[in-house]
Amino acid sequence: MNMQTASFINIGERTNVAGSAKFKRLVVEREFGEALAIARQQVENGAQIIDINMDDGLIDGVEAMQTFLNLVASEPDICRVPIMIDSSKWEVIEAGLKCVQGKSVVNSISMKEGEEAFLAHARKVRQYGAATVVMAFDEEGQAETADHKFEICKRAYDLLTQEVGFPPEDIIFDPNIFAVATGIEEHNDYAVAFFEACKRIKEELPYARISGGLSNVSFAFRGNNVVREAMHSVFLYHAIPAGLDMAIVNAGQLTIYDDIPEELRERVEDVILNRRADATDRLLDVADKYRGGKRKAKVENSEWRKGTVNERLSHALVRGITKYITEDTEEARLEAERPLHVIEGPLMDGMNVVGDLFGAGKMFLPQVVKSARVMKQAVAHLMPYMDAEKEEMGMTDVSNGRIIMATVKGDVHDIGKNIVGVVLQCNGYEIIDLGVMVPAEKILAAAVEHKADMIGLSGLITPSLDEMVYIAGEMQRLGMDMPLLIGGATTSKIHTAVKIEPAYDAGASIYVADASRAVGVVSILLGDGEDDYVQKIRTDYKKTRENFHRGQTKKTRVSIEAARANKYKLDWEGYTPPKPTFLGTKTFKGYDLALVRPFIDWTPFFATWELKGRYPAILDNNLYGEAARDLYKDAQAMLDKIIAEKWVRAQATIGFWPATQMGDDIQLYADEERTKPLQVLHTLRQQIDKKEGKPNYAMSDFVSPSGDYVGGFAVTAGLDEEGRVEKYKNAKDDYNAILFQALTDRLAEAMAEHMHERVRREFWGYESGARASSEELIAENMRGSALRRDIPLNLIIRKKWPCSSYLVVKKRQLYI
Amino acid sequence: MSVWEQIEKSMQERVLILDGAMGTMLQGMQLTEEDFRGKQYADWPSLVQGNNDLLSITKPDAITEVHNRFLEVGADFIETNTFNANRISQADYGMEDIAVDIAEVAAKIARAVADEWTAKTPNKPRAVLGALGPLSRTLSLSPKVEDPGYRAVSFDEVADAYREQALAMFDYVDGFLVETIFDTLNCKAAIFAIKDVFVEKGREIPLLISGTITDKSGRTLSGQTTEAFWTSIAHAKPFAVGLNCALGAEELRPYVQALSKISDTYVLAYPNAGLPNAFGEYDQSAEEMSSLVAEWAGEGMVNILGGCCGSTPQHIEAIAKSTADITPRTPPTIEPALRLSGLEPFALAG
Repeated sequence: MNMQTASFINIGERTNVAGSAKFKRLVVEREFGEALAIARQQVENGAQIIDINMDDGLIDGVEAMQTFLNLVASEPDICRVPIMIDSSKWEVIEAGLKCVQGKSVVNSISMKEGEEAFLAHARKVRQYGAATVVMAFDEEGQAETADHKFEICKRAYDLLTQEVGFPPEDIIFDPNIFAVATGIEEHNDYAVAFFEACKRIKEELPYARISGGLSNVSFAFRGNNVVREAMHSVFLYHAIPAGLDMAIVNAGQLTIYDDIPEELRERVEDVILNRRADATDRLLDVADKYRGGKRKAKVENSEWRKGTVNERLSHALVRGITKYITEDTEEARLEAERPLHVIEGPLMDGMNVVGDLFGAGKMFLPQVVKSARVMKQAVAHLMPYMDAEKEEMGMTDVSNGRIIMATVKGDVHDIGKNIVGVVLQCNGYEIIDLGVMVPAEKILAAAVEHKADMIGLSGLITPSLDEMVYIAGEMQRLGMDMPLLIGGATTSKIHTAVKIEPAYDAGASIYVADASRAVGVVSILLGDGEDDYVQKIRTDYKKTRENFHRGQTKKTRVSIEAARANKYKLDWEGYTPPKPTFLGTKTFKGYDLALVRPFIDWTPFFATWELKGRYPAILDNNLYGEAARDLYKDAQAMLDKIIAEKWVRAQATIGFWPATQMGDDIQLYADEERTKPLQVLHTLRQQIDKKEGKPNYAMSDFVSPSGDYVGGFAVTAGLDEEGRVEKYKNAKDDYNAILFQALTDRLAEAMAEHMHERVRREFWGYESGARASSEELIAENMRGSALRRDIPLNLIIRKKWPCSSYLVVKKRQLYI
Repeated sequence: MSVWEQIEKSMQERVLILDGAMGTMLQGMQLTEEDFRGKQYADWPSLVQGNNDLLSITKPDAITEVHNRFLEVGADFIETNTFNANRISQADYGMEDIAVDIAEVAAKIARAVADEWTAKTPNKPRAVLGALGPLSRTLSLSPKVEDPGYRAVSFDEVADAYREQALAMFDYVDGFLVETIFDTLNCKAAIFAIKDVFVEKGREIPLLISGTITDKSGRTLSGQTTEAFWTSIAHAKPFAVGLNCALGAEELRPYVQALSKISDTYVLAYPNAGLPNAFGEYDQSAEEMSSLVAEWAGEGMVNILGGCCGSTPQHIEAIAKSTADITPRTPPTIEPALRLSGLEPFALAG
């Protein structure tokens, strides 16, 4: 728990226009950013409450109080502490009370305008839920003697507790700290009178607290800070035991009592305690000695300024500090090749940290919003440079891309959407925000009208999920193909994969987990890597979908009869099957692995080593890129040897047979005339309850009933493998043993890929034209990929590792 | 014995039961845009589907049914269907000027249903709580990130909206429940307004207050901890203070526990039925949920239990059954001290 408890409270006074000339100037000039920095500095210096006062002739107190408190509310570093709303004008206090969510302290109310006004104000304070300072001030004026101070406080206490029902623990008396050592004899006893009043209040008015404005006491020594600070320390030294609970002080400028030079301390003490008639003169005698003495250096928490520029940017983003952001961004810009790289590099890194901390519950929303603001300032600094660069390069469009954003119909939540919008704007994207409760038609019309690059939908409540599916369906219906980004509290990757993507397959549907990820996704979608990325997402979502459907408990199955009735019906009329170049089998021994090597899929290789990530991106992975690079180097070296020195033998057998469809089975024949039956291949028919229009497949559906061919192959790249593994193991070289096994495993898979291609293009020859990239092959050959027309289904029957046998179905042909 | 005397008596004996989620029940009815419009608002210019509060006027039978179902399973408190029945939230549908009518009609419906049940079983306490929701606009956060000092609404506007809503319901309800508070300043405006209403009506009725811890940071959306939240609203002297929504019982537990330790009034808690799954559905079963909250009751953490999003009559019934024999929490005596708060609580010791 973060409960702060204290026995004495320092109230920061620097956000008081009467206490700080600098703060006053900043407020008058409306430099609220810097004014906030003063507030933050006080909290960092240990102020447990901050006093905010806007009483000045040059300032509209109500307006300034509201503006400043609203700004403070968005600074979690500051508003984590309670606020003292300080004004001599009730309307300023009331305006302040309307801006703070916490329980604050009013400073102050009093009986100077009589009991009636006092009680009315007290009732309001109570209704707003604040504590209050009560000045020892009545119709006659401010109390100076101990008796008068106590008398007023007692009267106020009774009125508050009995007439208003004000809790006594929420009453804080200010029995007036006045200046001493002014040269006027009547003033000499002011401090003593204060101490005396404190004692009586504590004895007789239970639970009430005592506060005071400390700097008054040293008013006579303006300009001599050493003496003033000594007076403050001595005053507190005596006031606290008397009952003072809190004081308005500059928390960064308090001398420790014991650190005061003895001569000075003694003379200050004489003044404060009014111990001798010549006390003031004696203090004046020595005061000049200390004038201009070094003040304690300001304690600023500035350790972080010593880091590298990237570290500083990251720190500023995480902590939401705007003070140095422009200079740091400039420094980063000068170091970077292009201004955009500053955004993509250190700034986005920092935002990712923010996203992670937010996700882990270590930051909360107001802080994230602050971080976004820092980001925005940094980007604002870079924008002119980016524009200039674009102009040089002859590009006029300043926008990196245009995005339509909306909270969907029926939903009014938009905080998250706004954050995403800001973060994207920071990165140079043009955001057209349609607001909340936006119907599908309006979103889609806006996307067309503005020629948007993509649409971002947001929603927080459950029905929004259905609305998003509806919008996705409408996009499909209208023939749109721009990416659709999905975000918001109830949205999820699973929902996007299972419900949204199937409704909209003309374009990409992408779930964006939070604001910090949005920029990454958008920049890829609008950049060169779009196709790859979208393909990866599709593959990933397909898997998600399949896992989901597999995990569904209420799977409904149809009868085998119903499934057969719903078989995949191809029109075999006039179909002539492509004829393989030979029938029977053919074996390739001692196959050259150099031909196979380009077909290796490296991603599973890294997965074997528990390095999860896609090749080649994994080589640059922040976390284990280095490990992946080393491993890859070793693998390449070993692979060179495996191939050159023929450590393993590769072999393949392929075969083709005449065939016909027989219900769910396939009949193979020894002869072209299909008179000599050879073997029946039993294939399974799907019995899942399919959606309207989707067939229940069996592989036999792809073989013509009136005559077709089936092909198959078996490959291995692991002959002679065991011996070498043994050797490594005996030598206690597990690393190379595993590396070798992992590589032969990959080679076997690559061999299958390679033979598959040769079958398609050469031995059967139904495929011609451009070769599929190895990426595509890998994508297609993902185990269990769904049946899609024109895409081969590879069903892997793994017999014995590392030997793979493939049963391959091609539209209208099947070979084993 | 008045209803509150009856309730006070029962509070000493057992954990009392608040109803479940009105929204979840209405959602389950799969109502169409036409249902929401009814005859009364058939020509309303904007879409109104999702404006659950409007159903009190256009489909009162649905609301009556929900109240009945929760009373049937043993709810001691039911909430009026007025979560958004205020000028500011209704402005999303252009219905700001009928917000008070919606509030009044909803309060009347709940009153009538409760009275029917009381006629049947006069010895069981049964109170209607006028629900005041968090509003669609918030006082501590700026909707414009680039302008953090901006506010989409003022304290006075918020207080006015709550004031007219509370006034519209006052004559029909037994108490007020200010709930799902994610910005404490909105809640303070509600308290401010309700105190005005008490003065205007010349009598006070019990006030219950329930905040929302939005995520595992343990903070309200506006950044306060549970302790700071309680400190900020304790001046309302609520009959009960609690937490609801956003989290399921499992996640909410530490915050209910914290509240239970520091507040000297009754504690209520009505979590969601778990966390929403990928489809936004709440699938925690009645048994799971009731066993989790019954544990709180067993440890003396709570006085009133109910359910928020996803909780159905089955959930409420299970909670009522599983807590029937449990001795409720005795609010602790808290030593008076100057307690203040920003986002975090602060206390002056000694």
